[in-house]
Amino acid sequence: MAAGRSEIPGWLGGVVLPLTNIALAFAVSGLVIMAIGENPWEAFGLLIAGALGSQEAIGYTLYYTTNLIFTGLAVAVAFHCGLFNIGAEGQAYIGGLGVALVCLSLDSILPGILIIPLCILASMGFGAAWAFIPAYLQAYRGSHIVITTIMFNFIASAFMVYMLVNVLIKPGQMAPETRPFAESAWIPSVHDTLSSVGITFFRSPLNLSILIALICCALVWTLIWRTRWGYAIRTVGQNQTAALYAGINTQRTIVFAMMISGGLAGFVALNEVLGVQHRLLIDFVAGYGFTGIAVALMGRNHPFGIVLAALLFGALYQGGAELAFEIPTITRDLVVVIQGLVILFCGALEFMLKSKIERGWRLIARQTDATREATP
Amino acid sequence: MTAPPGSPAVELIDINKRFGSVQANQNVSMRIADSSIHGIVGENGAGKSTLMSILFGFYQADSGEIRVHGRPAKIRATEDAITAGIGMVHQHFMLVDNFTVLENIVLGAESGRRLSDSLDQARATLEQLESSFGLEVEVDALVSDLPVGLQQRVEILKALYRNARVLILDEPTGVLTPQESEQLFQILQELKSRGVTVILITHKLREIMQVTDAVTVMRQGEVVADRLTRETSESELAELMVGRKVLLQVDKPAAEPGEVVLKVEHISLSDQRGIKRLDDVSFELRSGEILGVAGVSGNGQSELLEILSGIRRVSNGTVRLHGKVVQDRTHHTDPAAARALGVGHVPEDRMRMGLVGQFHAAESAILGFHHDAAYNGKLLMKPGVITEYCARLMQDFDIRPQVPGLKSVSFSGGNQQKIVLAREMDRKPALLLVGQPTRGVDIGAIEYIHQEIIAMRNAGAAVLLVSVELEEIMSLSDRIIVMFGGGVVGEVTAQDASEQMLGRMMANAMPTEATGL
Repeated sequence: MAAGRSEIPGWLGGVVLPLTNIALAFAVSGLVIMAIGENPWEAFGLLIAGALGSQEAIGYTLYYTTNLIFTGLAVAVAFHCGLFNIGAEGQAYIGGLGVALVCLSLDSILPGILIIPLCILASMGFGAAWAFIPAYLQAYRGSHIVITTIMFNFIASAFMVYMLVNVLIKPGQMAPETRPFAESAWIPSVHDTLSSVGITFFRSPLNLSILIALICCALVWTLIWRTRWGYAIRTVGQNQTAALYAGINTQRTIVFAMMISGGLAGFVALNEVLGVQHRLLIDFVAGYGFTGIAVALMGRNHPFGIVLAALLFGALYQGGAELAFEIPTITRDLVVVIQGLVILFCGALEFMLKSKIERGWRLIARQTDATREATP
Repeated sequence: MTAPPGSPAVELIDINKRFGSVQANQNVSMRIADSSIHGIVGENGAGKSTLMSILFGFYQADSGEIRVHGRPAKIRATEDAITAGIGMVHQHFMLVDNFTVLENIVLGAESGRRLSDSLDQARATLEQLESSFGLEVEVDALVSDLPVGLQQRVEILKALYRNARVLILDEPTGVLTPQESEQLFQILQELKSRGVTVILITHKLREIMQVTDAVTVMRQGEVVADRLTRETSESELAELMVGRKVLLQVDKPAAEPGEVVLKVEHISLSDQRGIKRLDDVSFELRSGEILGVAGVSGNGQSELLEILSGIRRVSNGTVRLHGKVVQDRTHHTDPAAARALGVGHVPEDRMRMGLVGQFHAAESAILGFHHDAAYNGKLLMKPGVITEYCARLMQDFDIRPQVPGLKSVSFSGGNQQKIVLAREMDRKPALLLVGQPTRGVDIGAIEYIHQEIIAMRNAGAAVLLVSVELEEIMSLSDRIIVMFGGGVVGEVTAQDASEQMLGRMMANAMPTEATGL
């Protein structure tokens, strides 16, 4: 009886299991690609090359990753408080409104050094405000946050169409978009920033928002695990009765966590509106809020995991777009199928293989033990 | 059941089970005679529950053999256990509250395509079972309308309906009044006389002495002794369980009550549906005394604790702390403010309220005090200070294992309770509210916890002790009040109290003139 044989090392669940799940997702995707008559190896080759094969590809991948870090963190913070924030989509959208209002009214007066911080505050504030209403309803009126945040996505969408079509539209055009913001308000792109210090990097939408995203990761980690407010959030999320016992104001904590969550979602507008489009346009959020749920789930609500998961999904976005471009029979929708399969295997079926992998590990460990005993 | 005559009902041979680094069962062998009542005692974490979970198919043993009525049984899941004729009554009942007794019993054992057919069939079988075992329960009553004692009967009937010949009962008397426990023991005797084998897991040694034929003592995953009940004694069993001599009786000096710390005047509490949970409760508590609150659980004790600790608001009446109003219809002192005023609270349900299971012990050790300046800088908490604080508590209160980074849920029940007690006692509260301090706690730890409570009282704290364990109430308290139906139905000094008298008050069967009110 070797004492160690039934102990499962941590890397088995932390590394082997997710990798197996991703491999499985791609295996099934391969079958789907074969079913439509294409060569899966070629398709995956294109996917990987499209996501990571060039500076441009990497730039795009990291640009998508930035959005997904923001929404992934947003979902994770709410989740630590026991809340399922489905509304990151709408909160990000309204965050864009905040950025646009600041830029449209002040970009001719203020220098970039002032206007960009103002935009950061506005995107956060508008996203937080949009999350406040469902949070208040959940905390003080008991309306379920899943339902209200879903509804608030629709309200945000309709409201933004109204704003863009009737209020913020640049006069004299058909497209519901604002005028472009003054260049001083733009968040500098990575290729421009690098070229100013003499490094050439291929043009891509990647901009310095990615640094804000990484700073947010550190801040979220600190908030959740190193402050008394994070302690309160986790207590409420884990055990509301214990929170009540501890004298933690559950209602206020729920509102606080949701507003942080909404604020993080609002930052998507920095990357999209201020970093890339330089104007506000319809549907700029494009589903990042929903993919953020998958990112948070796969990243186990930990900032480090969220960065890794956001990278994976960013690569899928970018590689998928390339793939759809290169092989016309593989449409954009099929790329969504592949993403869906990754979510399915890594998220929903996360533990399907856990016991099997552990059993396999035990079997191998037992055999090595046996050989060791046989050859003293 | 054509078993070879004379073979034991259940035979466990060299059972081994390991969870990670913990050997929960080590070479456990046990023979349980047919048609007998067999007790299994041991401290928490001794491996009794694991062993019974293996027998009932929740876990599988790493190695070892199980024989039921002489035949080897492969028990991979609870269905296999039920097929082998094993039934289990869990400590927390597994009943659907808004189903009738009949529906609960049929649940999972439906026959036929239509529910009404199987219900009709079951009704006949059930009525026959009830009459032959003397287990009367109204089959069409809703389970939520039944008192706890009858709900337990439903659990027993459920097992018998599935043809159980071996019945495992896990801490069955924890929720019962002394009178209900007596009735349960009569039922167990009746079952035994009809050939059912009963395995009784309990930590109450007196019950073991009273009803069992044989008893097995477990310690640290191993069987340390098998005894015939008539050849052993409570003190021997306690010593075997703990591995050393145990003081079953608490020694305490006479109380020296000081000034009134807590004054409760005519408080009432109605819930949302307008049902009175507390009804005109009044009492005083002085420093340096322990006031015991006896009663069957669910008679207002939990609500009383929640009001005094600030978790709930009163509907009527006044609570004063050191003469100052802390709770009435207009004042509400919330739990954080109550703590600041020197109210310590050891809640009745440590896992639901006293700890956060997924938190490290160190994090649970500051629950309610996480705003304290000692643990916080301007923005950031001080994990080093918190860990050190927890390590000191673990040292002072002998909490094992002494690992502040271990998840709270991974500690045994007794050690979880010690974490809560340590946290609440370490700040020397003027008023200590204690709910069920030793529920699910092993004997060694009970002794320790009792001594700590007495020490608090000797140091001048006012202690309010709520417990459903009469022995505990009687051995710790200086005065005792009894609650029934949300009101106080009697008050006695500890010297004058007898178990019979308290039991009658708890069932509200005491003529009022004798209760001293």
